[in-house]
Amino acid sequence: MKLIFEKSQAGRRASALPRYEHLPGPSELPEDLRRAEPPRLPEVPEFELVRHFTELSTRNFGVDTGFYPLGSCTMKYNPRINERLAALPGFARLHPLQEEDGAQGALELMWRLQEILAEVTGLDAVSLQPAAGSQGELTGLLLVRAYFAARGEGDQRRKVVIPDTAHGTNPASVTMAGYELTPVRTDARGNIDVEDLRGKVDEHTAALMLTNPSTVGLFDENIDEIQRIFHGAGALMYYDGANLNAVCGISRPGDMGFDIVHINLHKTFSQPHGGGGPGGGPIAVREILEPFLPVPAVVRREDGDFGLDYDRPQTIGKVRGFTGPFGVFVRSYAYIRMWGPRLREMSEVAVLNANYVLARLKDAYDLPFDRLCMHEFVVSARSLKKQHGCTALDVAKRLMDYGFHPPTIYFPLIVPEALMVEPTETEAKETLDAFCDAMLAIAREAADEPELLKEAPHHRPVQRLDEVRAAKQPVVRYGFEEHPQAEAEPAPTATKAPTGV
Amino acid sequence: MTHPFLALTESDREEMLGTIGVGSVEDLFRDLPEAVRLGRELELEPALSEQEVFAHVAALAGRNADASTELSFLGAGMYDHYVPAVVDTILQRGELLTAYTPYQPEMSQGVLQAIFEYQTAVCELTGMDVSNASGYDGTSVAADACYVAKHTTGRDKVVVTEATNPQVRQVVKTFAAGFGLEVVEVPHRNGVTDPDELEQVAADAAAVIFQQPNFFGCLEPAPDICAAAAEAGALPVAHVDLLSLGVLEAPGRYGAALAIGEGQAAGNFPSFGGPHYGFLAARQEFIRRMPGRIVGETVDTAGERGYVLTLQTREQHIRREKATSNITTNQTLLALGGLVYLTWLGPQGLRELGETCLSLAAYAKKRLEERAGLGPAFAEQTTFKEFAVRVGRNAREVVAAAREQGVHPGYALGRDYEGMDDVLLVAVTERRTPEEIDRLVDVLAEVGG
Repeated sequence: MKLIFEKSQAGRRASALPRYEHLPGPSELPEDLRRAEPPRLPEVPEFELVRHFTELSTRNFGVDTGFYPLGSCTMKYNPRINERLAALPGFARLHPLQEEDGAQGALELMWRLQEILAEVTGLDAVSLQPAAGSQGELTGLLLVRAYFAARGEGDQRRKVVIPDTAHGTNPASVTMAGYELTPVRTDARGNIDVEDLRGKVDEHTAALMLTNPSTVGLFDENIDEIQRIFHGAGALMYYDGANLNAVCGISRPGDMGFDIVHINLHKTFSQPHGGGGPGGGPIAVREILEPFLPVPAVVRREDGDFGLDYDRPQTIGKVRGFTGPFGVFVRSYAYIRMWGPRLREMSEVAVLNANYVLARLKDAYDLPFDRLCMHEFVVSARSLKKQHGCTALDVAKRLMDYGFHPPTIYFPLIVPEALMVEPTETEAKETLDAFCDAMLAIAREAADEPELLKEAPHHRPVQRLDEVRAAKQPVVRYGFEEHPQAEAEPAPTATKAPTGV
Repeated sequence: MTHPFLALTESDREEMLGTIGVGSVEDLFRDLPEAVRLGRELELEPALSEQEVFAHVAALAGRNADASTELSFLGAGMYDHYVPAVVDTILQRGELLTAYTPYQPEMSQGVLQAIFEYQTAVCELTGMDVSNASGYDGTSVAADACYVAKHTTGRDKVVVTEATNPQVRQVVKTFAAGFGLEVVEVPHRNGVTDPDELEQVAADAAAVIFQQPNFFGCLEPAPDICAAAAEAGALPVAHVDLLSLGVLEAPGRYGAALAIGEGQAAGNFPSFGGPHYGFLAARQEFIRRMPGRIVGETVDTAGERGYVLTLQTREQHIRREKATSNITTNQTLLALGGLVYLTWLGPQGLRELGETCLSLAAYAKKRLEERAGLGPAFAEQTTFKEFAVRVGRNAREVVAAAREQGVHPGYALGRDYEGMDDVLLVAVTERRTPEEIDRLVDVLAEVGG
């Protein structure tokens, strides 16, 4: 379909702005600061705008469209009431620099959310400020730095331990926080290799970063031993909360021995992911780390009023503008209030759904770790590749033809041809069965008609896209008159699929 | 007991447990050591129905004084511009709202094409060659720019002008500690930055970050600042307001290497500070050092045009500890709001909007001086939609007194700047009518010193 820029005609516009007569003309702008050439924004009437973006939406797939078992992303239902609440003028049009007495409702909501997250994580203090999980990670590592600097161990403790199953954000955050990475292996049961670990944790270790359940969807059976190793060496434990949806009300990171946790509000607590964001990455910490949390802190004062406290002399500073992505807090707060203590059921059903799908698939796909899983699991297409030349990518693309969003693929890195499936608690058994049936059918197709997989998808608005070309000859903006023409080597076997419209 | 967000019936559960081969849901958690189990119910208030949660949360919203209940001239980085209905309409499309990051392009052409269009719009506005798919906000993109500059120049110092938004400066300082960068600030002289003074300080700096218009609303000598930074071998980084770029020159045309900023004013509600989008655009030479997602154009096997996430070898999921950033989730939906809004405005609308803001702010400045006897803090400087005015007494007291009369007159600059206790920063967007400005003037005439 055309770009909005290609639908533009000079002189058209969607906006009519108020005109205030009798105003003095604006003061003259200095010549060298005045815009010389207008930006080539699209020129379309309002209805063309709506049609364009509506058509784009029909070329996209969300949880509202169907099953979206994208592992590690917790693609659950996003309740519509949350959207209505976040849009209330008392929130949407509230200025973040409003005086405290004019923002009591917003501050109370944030304070209440902090209290809830402290209870859910089993920790003492919460900052809602980080914008997303990876910013929460970086914030957490800066807390680790500040903590050890205050103890005079800042120069000594330079290393952060990360298992080989970790999300890529963990090592990237380690570098950005000025730390060095110490990788640790995974054992045959999918736990951290404790023997490997013992030799790597010492007085130079600042922290462990761990996702538990891990990215292979398994709860680390040695977590108690691991926390003894780290705390015994005087190091801290950081919990990547990406997989918190597995354990709400069942086991809390604080009870597992973690000192710092980030929570992905856009995963466990239903902030819609918006095709890439926004997220929310609050962090919860043990009391010893509270003095270092970002400012301002949202506090309840003795008179019962809510306020912002900047008087934290040991703070690491600010990590984001104002007090964080407030609209996300509204949604997550409302979501949690609709569950209350029944969050445990949410996690139980997430784990039940995942184990059910795993049980149905494990004979048709390779299973790297034969255990009960938590809220997600990883299988491999290694045999399909070896026997029929069909890869995890082919399976993923073929699933699209069955109307499902594919699982996460090629992650974690330790499992070849990985397919990481996270059904979440959302979904009826019929949907899970239909997905399993499709996965089993695809495994049979790989044997009987492998080209069905290799040429998939057949029924999406586009066929398989050339990602190598995109990276080699980057075209990252529309070029107007000079825009390159899209041409590929014609693929003789390809037939154009009907578009999704 | 059912829940609106669950679907399994009792018989479903029984059947599923049978397939798994366990006797109960509890058995599924047998790998959890006893020592780490909670062993009690979460101490949370009981579950509410939708109607109850609406009543409770709406009551909280009702306790705030927002721009619909108070006549507000508060800006200082977040602005009460009008957000047209088409923005809400598009952002509430479930296919876009409830999708994840577009890892599978054939499922995500809608979002991918929208990001490509957003990147184009940001490049057009800023005069740059490449834009990422968004950053968290106007503060985090400044920290991102420092990381780009550190790796480009190999230097370990960044310069930020004091007239840059204090929130931006604070966030840069926080993350610079991790990056191993020293942060040096250049004072303003009468509301703007002196390029000669800047050039001295910028020696050995990786980047110079300045804001245009600056935090006081004043227009900086941006071409001279960029030249001074470049002379010192530092990357000039312009932190700009997208909505000013219909009337103000594009940073790419006056020598900036990177253009960054807070996108809220263009298409997002203030929302007590977020979520919004930060934008980061750069000249072509920085394309492989960019942080975050970038969408590129390609073709499918039939030769049809399509869009994918590209240049991913920069990113954390591939490059891990050597990545250009740790960002994954960004602010795509809010950036889409920006794209819809900018499309709604079009080039003529953008210019008109800028001119209207200039006129209204000039009107407010003039009336405050003539009617209320309150003069601008930096009389010689040209301003855009915001300006600093001396109110003759502590500005925080003036804010409190004005709010008693239902007018929020602006931001007390003494909150961030020494010696500016009597200075108020007044923002005037196109939503403020001349009559409302007259009301501000009347109130400040009464409560000002």
